[in-house]
Amino acid sequence: MAHTGHDATSYAPPAELPEMELAHPKTFIGKYIWSQDAKVIAIQYAITATAIGFVALVLSILIRLQLGFPGTFSFMTPETYLQHVSMHGMIMVIYLLTALFLGGFGNYLIPLMCGARDMVFPYLNMLSYWVYLLAVLVLAASFFVPGGPTGAGWTLYPPQAISPGTPGIDGGIILMLASLALFIIGFTMGGLNYIVTVLQARTRGMTLMRLPLTIWGIFMATVLAMLAFPALLVAALMMLMDLLVGTSFFMPTMMALGEQTGYQDGSPLLFQHLFWFFGHPEVYIVALPAFGIVSDILATHARRNIFGYRMMVWALVAIGGLSFVVWAHHMYVSGMNPYFGFLFATTTLIIAVPTAIKVYNWVLTLWRGNIQLTLPMLFSIAFIFTFINGGLSGLFLGNVTVDVPLADTYFVVGHFHMVMAVAPIMVVFAAIYHWFPKITGRMLHSGMGHVHFWVTFIGTYAIYYPMHYLGFAGVPRRYYAYGETGFIPESVVTLNSAITIAAVVVSLVQILFIYNLVWSTFRGREAGPNPWKATTLEWQTEHTPPRHGNFGKELPVVYRWPYDYSVPGAKDDFIPQNVPPEQVEMLPEGAVGAGR
Amino acid sequence: MTTTLVFLVALLVVFLGWIVRQSINVKPWAAGGLQPSETDHLHPAATAARVGLGVFLAVITSFFMLSISAYNMRMDMSEDWVSLSPPLLLWLNTLVLVAGSFALQRAWNLARAGHAARLMPALLAGGLFTGVFVVGQLIAWWQVHAGGYLLTGNPANSFFYLITALHGLHLLGGLVAWYRVVRRVRRSEHIARIRVSLELCTLYWHFLLLVWFILFGLLLTT
Repeated sequence: MAHTGHDATSYAPPAELPEMELAHPKTFIGKYIWSQDAKVIAIQYAITATAIGFVALVLSILIRLQLGFPGTFSFMTPETYLQHVSMHGMIMVIYLLTALFLGGFGNYLIPLMCGARDMVFPYLNMLSYWVYLLAVLVLAASFFVPGGPTGAGWTLYPPQAISPGTPGIDGGIILMLASLALFIIGFTMGGLNYIVTVLQARTRGMTLMRLPLTIWGIFMATVLAMLAFPALLVAALMMLMDLLVGTSFFMPTMMALGEQTGYQDGSPLLFQHLFWFFGHPEVYIVALPAFGIVSDILATHARRNIFGYRMMVWALVAIGGLSFVVWAHHMYVSGMNPYFGFLFATTTLIIAVPTAIKVYNWVLTLWRGNIQLTLPMLFSIAFIFTFINGGLSGLFLGNVTVDVPLADTYFVVGHFHMVMAVAPIMVVFAAIYHWFPKITGRMLHSGMGHVHFWVTFIGTYAIYYPMHYLGFAGVPRRYYAYGETGFIPESVVTLNSAITIAAVVVSLVQILFIYNLVWSTFRGREAGPNPWKATTLEWQTEHTPPRHGNFGKELPVVYRWPYDYSVPGAKDDFIPQNVPPEQVEMLPEGAVGAGR
Repeated sequence: MTTTLVFLVALLVVFLGWIVRQSINVKPWAAGGLQPSETDHLHPAATAARVGLGVFLAVITSFFMLSISAYNMRMDMSEDWVSLSPPLLLWLNTLVLVAGSFALQRAWNLARAGHAARLMPALLAGGLFTGVFVVGQLIAWWQVHAGGYLLTGNPANSFFYLITALHGLHLLGGLVAWYRVVRRVRRSEHIARIRVSLELCTLYWHFLLLVWFILFGLLLTT
């Protein structure tokens, strides 16, 4: 680029797009219910996802109570245990995390951070939420049908999932598959918006290389989701056909409950391939937005530019591409050809390289930064810790020889929850504490926030760290109760009880968090437009919270990247993206460097 | 999964080329305005609607590629596959679908030339041919069924019904968009608006025709 210094002209090219025509509803219902405003849709997504997420949290507590104190709770039968495990997994991964990161943060942040008035297809965006809500309701309905929800495990492997005798065979599994299909249709509507808005609706001067990493993360995750979700849709449709009309796509010739089924020669492995072709990118559909958000929060709260911006973007793209060629590492124990396993172990280890680049860059961003230990920063640092922990145990499991003995143990549960549950949820909390002042105009209560942080951070380690040891001891996962099992020592039982107590404590503190959200919405300290002194466009809006149309009469013009923190010679330690070079207040000549 | 992976690799190469072009010689940290040539917005012809359609077609491509992958894998994974010979009617249906695409293309050409008043017959013909194609597919199902190839009889039969149904459903979805274009023409809306929606419709039809060629080829060769 020709202009490298701050003396560049203030020329910015004219907007590519004419000003959008926004629908301006007058009624309460038009504004807040059938809303086409991405910010309202974002909050609708977030509330729905949190609500169904709480259902899954309660399910996990019931699971833990059974494991920690087996036989104490008469309402936990083996069937209900399996149903709770299945629903907990599916809800958390898809209906909470995917919906919250993309439907929630994506909708709120993409138009604001790109400098757009709204998403490019607002009507489709509204439809996306309502189809998602329908998917959630269909899923929740499966709790109330005869036979209850499916107990097939969250991966819904056939033949188990649709064999007679599996809980939920009467209706639960149908509702689950229908709900997944709806979710994917609704998500595609939203995803079209996220991708096209980032590509088309950026304001003047907002080049791709000036996008905040949050947007890059959400953008790449959406690209992955758009290509990977169809695999789940194909699998769900084929399984529905196996179940409802008796085809044999996935179902082998088999006996069930002493009777010959009508199925012939179907391939359960085919389902596993389709499922994990979606399932592994799904990990990154959740992780990439988290990566992006955490990069921005670290830079803002360490008052330092992100280390290696372009490398961060390339790493996101590389992780996205590689995530499509590692799926079979979930299938090492399916009896695959060893050479096949070797291939997938190799790609799995390769994907650790761009991931490690990101981790190094986060740490180097903190290095000699002016670190503010605010709540978003605390959660972000907790994310780095947790992600490294979970990532390293992933390297164990990525190797076939290590995976085979560990695959069916609690080591996998520990690894998975560290990397896919705790790490992203830490970013969700960081992001909520970071952007809540913009969304509501008020700060979250700091005292309650600190209690929430420390209990959650230490508590999750108390839950998931011991699980790695359980795994090494060979304790199998998915079991309802262990009974008199020779190789399981008494200490495992004690440890399980301790894990359950930690899980209950961590869950209770989430109620405090929700209380904090509600309390602060009405009683919190006024935040002002830019409490964190951040550079990105959403903090430069005329109103806080931003009104319909986001910005005032004129869309902002962008002159710089989003990481101009602690620029040498500048008076303030941050320069917002929309400040032209000639308007930057500089320190007097002699003072430069004196503060350093 | 080979089919799907080939598609993904092709897509990724394009995507990577684009990202590299946008980022390789750029200094993100440099502040200042930009010269017009340095903006990295897409080509002016790439409107939001067109890009949106492109993304949507990529999603559908992924969907059909995965279906084809499943087809091939199921065929290889077990011994019970007995191919069915597609009924001759499918050739006729293919011709009808080609005619539908031609009709819509004609309507689009007229819209581009500014003849809003004259495009209605071609537009209606496009929808009509599509409707005939869908009915023809249903008759083909009936023929296959009458010939003893039951849905549950063999995975080849199951896949035949599945992929023809998936393709047909996408066409029916397209007819909703097509109906909205018809409504616009009847209301004599501004030619520019008609042109935009007719363009999307036509491109979608051509795309589904291409998908049908691939699916029909798959049915004929396996």
